[in-house]
Amino acid sequence: MRQWKIIAKEAMARASIITKFLCVLHVTNSYVLSSNHVLGPSMLPTLSVTGDVVLVEHISHRLGKLGSGDLVLVRSPLDPKKSLTKRIVAMEGDKVTFSLDPSRSHSSRSLVVPKGHVWIQGDNLYVSRDSRQFGPLPYGLIEGKVFMRVWPPSSFGFFGQ
Amino acid sequence: MGTPSVLWNVAKKCFTVGVITLTVSDLFASIVPVRGASMSPTFNPKTNSLLDSLSDDRVLVEKLCLRNYKFSHGDVIVFSSPNNHKEKHVKRIVGLPGDWVGTIYDVVHVPEGHCWVEGDNSASSLDSRSFGPVPLGLVKGRITHILWPPQRVGSVDRKIPQNRVSSS
Repeated sequence: MRQWKIIAKEAMARASIITKFLCVLHVTNSYVLSSNHVLGPSMLPTLSVTGDVVLVEHISHRLGKLGSGDLVLVRSPLDPKKSLTKRIVAMEGDKVTFSLDPSRSHSSRSLVVPKGHVWIQGDNLYVSRDSRQFGPLPYGLIEGKVFMRVWPPSSFGFFGQ
Repeated sequence: MGTPSVLWNVAKKCFTVGVITLTVSDLFASIVPVRGASMSPTFNPKTNSLLDSLSDDRVLVEKLCLRNYKFSHGDVIVFSSPNNHKEKHVKRIVGLPGDWVGTIYDVVHVPEGHCWVEGDNSASSLDSRSFGPVPLGLVKGRITHILWPPQRVGSVDRKIPQNRVSSS
């Protein structure tokens, strides 16, 4: 009987440490810093097609310190289970001019980004699906700012403008 | 002196409790007050404009629905406003992706990844009729129960408006 009591006590202590660790991990990943594996051709040449591992910080967007030119991780407005990595091209109130299909025509459209929204585009305009297709993105869908790449090691470093 | 180490221990305990509470509130459920009369009579049925914050309804918001984003018609959800990410609204889902929703003037198609929300109190509710379909990524949770005031404690039912929605 005594044996079980000791084993149970130790199991509880270990479970409690693991639980505390997982909670700290969740809070760090959601509110401070997390990593993300991004792939796809829509952000060439900034991000590679085969996949890069980047670090995302979750502080700037809560403080309202994002601006044009920032690389951001956003929840897709077309599928809430997917995240996209794109660049902010215009903030609320800015006028944005864009061409819907740069490979086919030179015609372009202009609009003003409404309050509470941002305009995002992939760096590879020919294959990226972004605000040119789904419209201005509500600011609340922004999850964080991509600020550095950690894999592959040959392109380790911070992202410029 | 014993005081610095006592303070340090108290600080560590507070930090641990804070982190665990934050995680539970993000991933499982939290309790929030509902302000305003846009969901009357489901929440805040007394339309008193001087509603003080102690008499607001307190509800249980579950976050498990955010794993799959699978909602049903009639669910009451909490979401960040598309026009101001700092505000949160409480409304009922009337249309899911792919549905056609009838408003006074025309019939609107709810795009993929979005939902159409309306307040139960149509006369005084700012909802999808003003700001359009809401991306499901802005949803922060689903309200399942009222926890305060004690006389209205109970589960929140799904209410589906008749003859307004055509599902695909």
